Amino acid sequence: MPYILSIVTFLPLVGALAVLMARVMAKSEEAAAGPARWIALIASLVVLAVSVVLVAGFDPSNPAYQFVEMVPWFAGASYHLGVDGISILFVLLSAFLLPICIIASWSSIKERVAEYMIAFLILETLLIGVFTALDLFLFYIFFEGTLVPMFIIIGVWGGANRIYAAYKLFLYTLLGSVLMLAAMLYMAATAGTSSIPELTAYDWPVGVQTFLWLAFFASFAVKMPMWPVHTWLPDAHVQAPTAGSVILAGILLKLGGYGFIRFNLPMFPDASEYFTPLVMVLSVIAIIYTSLVAFRQTDIKKLIAYSSVAHMGFVTMGIFAGNDQGVQGAVFQMISHGLISSALFLCVGVVYDRMHTREIAFYGGLTSRMPWFAAIFLMFTMANVGLPGTSGFIGEVLTMVGAYQVSTWAVFFAASGVILSAVYALTLYRNVMFGEITNPALKAITDIDRRELLIFVPLIIGTIWLGVYPAAVLDITQASVSAVTAAYQTAIGG
Amino acid sequence: MFDINLALQIAAPEALLAIGSMILLMLGAYGGEKLGRVVSLLAVALLIGAAGVAANAPLGMVFNGAFVSDPMSVYAKVAIYLASALAVVLGDGWTRRNGIARFEYPVLIVLAAVGMGMMASAGDLMSLYVGVELQSLALYVLAAFHRDDGRASEAGLKYFVLGALSSGLLLYGSSLIYGFTGSMRFDEIAAVAAGGAETGLIFGLVFLICGLAFKVSAAPFHMWTPDVYEGAPTPVVAFFATAPKFAAMVLFARALSEGFGGAHDQWAQVLVIISLISFAVGAFGGLAQRDIPRLLAYSSIANIGYALLAITAGTQAGLQALLLFMTFYMVDTLGFFALLMALSRGGRPIRRIADLAGLRKDKPVTTIAITVLSLSVLGMPPFAGFWGKFYVFGAALQAGYWIVAALGLVASVVAAFYYLRIIKVMWFDAPPEGEGAVDPSPRDAQWIGWAAAAFSFPLVLIALTWLEPLARNAATSFGAG
Repeated sequence: MPYILSIVTFLPLVGALAVLMARVMAKSEEAAAGPARWIALIASLVVLAVSVVLVAGFDPSNPAYQFVEMVPWFAGASYHLGVDGISILFVLLSAFLLPICIIASWSSIKERVAEYMIAFLILETLLIGVFTALDLFLFYIFFEGTLVPMFIIIGVWGGANRIYAAYKLFLYTLLGSVLMLAAMLYMAATAGTSSIPELTAYDWPVGVQTFLWLAFFASFAVKMPMWPVHTWLPDAHVQAPTAGSVILAGILLKLGGYGFIRFNLPMFPDASEYFTPLVMVLSVIAIIYTSLVAFRQTDIKKLIAYSSVAHMGFVTMGIFAGNDQGVQGAVFQMISHGLISSALFLCVGVVYDRMHTREIAFYGGLTSRMPWFAAIFLMFTMANVGLPGTSGFIGEVLTMVGAYQVSTWAVFFAASGVILSAVYALTLYRNVMFGEITNPALKAITDIDRRELLIFVPLIIGTIWLGVYPAAVLDITQASVSAVTAAYQTAIGG
Repeated sequence: MFDINLALQIAAPEALLAIGSMILLMLGAYGGEKLGRVVSLLAVALLIGAAGVAANAPLGMVFNGAFVSDPMSVYAKVAIYLASALAVVLGDGWTRRNGIARFEYPVLIVLAAVGMGMMASAGDLMSLYVGVELQSLALYVLAAFHRDDGRASEAGLKYFVLGALSSGLLLYGSSLIYGFTGSMRFDEIAAVAAGGAETGLIFGLVFLICGLAFKVSAAPFHMWTPDVYEGAPTPVVAFFATAPKFAAMVLFARALSEGFGGAHDQWAQVLVIISLISFAVGAFGGLAQRDIPRLLAYSSIANIGYALLAITAGTQAGLQALLLFMTFYMVDTLGFFALLMALSRGGRPIRRIADLAGLRKDKPVTTIAITVLSLSVLGMPPFAGFWGKFYVFGAALQAGYWIVAALGLVASVVAAFYYLRIIKVMWFDAPPEGEGAVDPSPRDAQWIGWAAAAFSFPLVLIALTWLEPLARNAATSFGAG
């Protein structure tokens, strides 16, 4: 299929326009809700189908960018798209999670359904665009653009304190991004090109690298989020609607890690090596500190949000290890976390839809009333802890193997973080699921229905499949990751 | 030596406007108020005609160097005259609806346009001053146009007193520059100041910069802006915020780059300080504002800071950035004010941010348009305002002003807060209780606002492909480095 990348990028936008048409033609907001849901679902499924075709046509042995499209634009920028073994998986992940988001919001979103679906479809275009863009400024447009629909999703359909959370998300991320924009403008002016492949090959002076690295780091560290700039994430997660949390944890956080692999590591290798101790320390603090913070949370969503920060610590650790295992592990961990954390937020959504509270203390003994839910929640809790056989295990082990070659101490502390994750995750599970039902409000709670089962099945399959057969991901990323790490090791003379 | 034919051809747009405004004045004076609408229509036609003539004017320098026509002035004039024409359209409907319609309104705008055309073409200090004064006098009257309204009169008086002060500074600076260089022509001044300005000349230069900074409302010479924006009639503010600023910025760029190209290092220091203060005042001052025109006043201060940063760069890329930035800023601001004029609740115009609450229910398209314009001024990609900033910061970084650029970008994040508040109020808040729905919008203002939003996105992506080379060509006018 020619122009397949443009198609997969802008197809959701076409879906958004169709929903808009349906909204304009419908007599009332309520009348537009039904068609809006179906159009959005169909559009997102078509996008998923196209992205599967994309992956099927991808040649994993070739580390170069594939399906490249290039049209000169203004300001020296160009409309330049392409995917390699790393970005194609994130395209697939985005396309995979979006139908799940839409089904998950099927009955929980009752107001302004058409607008909601439009926001999600626009967000999907922007997210896929970030991963397919091969031009600095095109990347920036998509990267920054994601803020607007996210701001609206949290601000309109969020919880009680949604305004605060929406502002915090927007302003934190914007502050990081403008510094990145300054660096991008400098790079384009100095190198005379804004093409990412060409800039990767450009040899920056060591002194300049430091500044550019810090500017990009400011942006991606906030997005990731790394300690200590992670504080926007728990607020955003708690206030966002369930599907908003899924997209946030599943894909938006991965923009940071993707950015590190695409920009910081290959473009500024000397600076990356120089700052590796800093990143390692921040990652270890993130893993241990946020795990401890998670343990003290009284809100289920906040707990999972903090656990996301901890798991992202493994990703940064793996990336800046700068070797095959580390970066492979980081990509794997991001994909795996995209499935697991999405599923956990969906689990929270299941109980929240029924009881409209996320207080841990409110719950207890749900196992007796919700056996199916208990099994699913247990599975993802275990995957979150990193139980062998689930995808969470592979990611953590690979990143630690990679980081071990750079810093033994970092891995020593990070490994203790694995134990801490078991502590908070199992405590949460015990408090919510086990014991006697003491709260009378819970007596009538019902088990998950078919629609909810439908959204968990693909996530369960994905988590287990990647856990027992990680090569499914690793084979695709292998060539591209090796190209990145080999160049990095050559550049730092290792 | 002096070719009167060429001179007339080059000055044709201004001559056309000057003569036309006299005819309109006669028409209004003798025809009375029943010809008001005709005068407005003719004024619009005149301005559009002048833009067309300006676009095809020959290039050159006439009247002994006092009047210049180059790609820069051509670009600026077309933009200025078209913006003025829109201001006439907006004002005509607004004054009519508010019962203060007078034929003087279009005439004054045309007269101001003559002054702005002269500013864009000023080749020496004399035409610089005459152009600025001609424009300012018309604007003082416009600010107080709603003469039964106390706040408008106050705004007019404030504007007049501070404007007169700045004209004084301008004149004093000009006399110093003349005294130390022995010439009023920019090209001859440039020859004297080629290796940097001596102390006396620097004094003159600083006075000149301060005078012009008053006119563009850059901090710390911005004090009049919020009050005038708040008090003056809305269409007049829409005009103030767009065309005169554009003309003054072009004049600023010309006087500094052409007259003092060799002294770039010296004036750049002053401009850097002014830009930084403007970023800060615009960003932090806007946070506490509840009144939309006042908010836009602070937003304009911050944006003028960005435009000055483009001049500071002192390169062709900087001048190109200046033109593109001001063009986009002008479109966004005009659109913003047009939509503000289109909104009222129960007959009272919407002035406070809180009045916008729940707008999405009553006016979905207008809400989207205001959202687009807010995001554009905020500098979100891929809206027009982003591209303006993109060129400005690109030029500044290229010229080595990376600390100023970084601080400017950080200030834009602070400013983002108040643009987001507008979006938040419209989308997230419930409409005020006990108040009726928003009134039906007048069509003229609403369509101009929608068109501006459509330009901000997505039309800008197409428009840039021809605006960019135009602006690049215009930027070659001064022979800056």
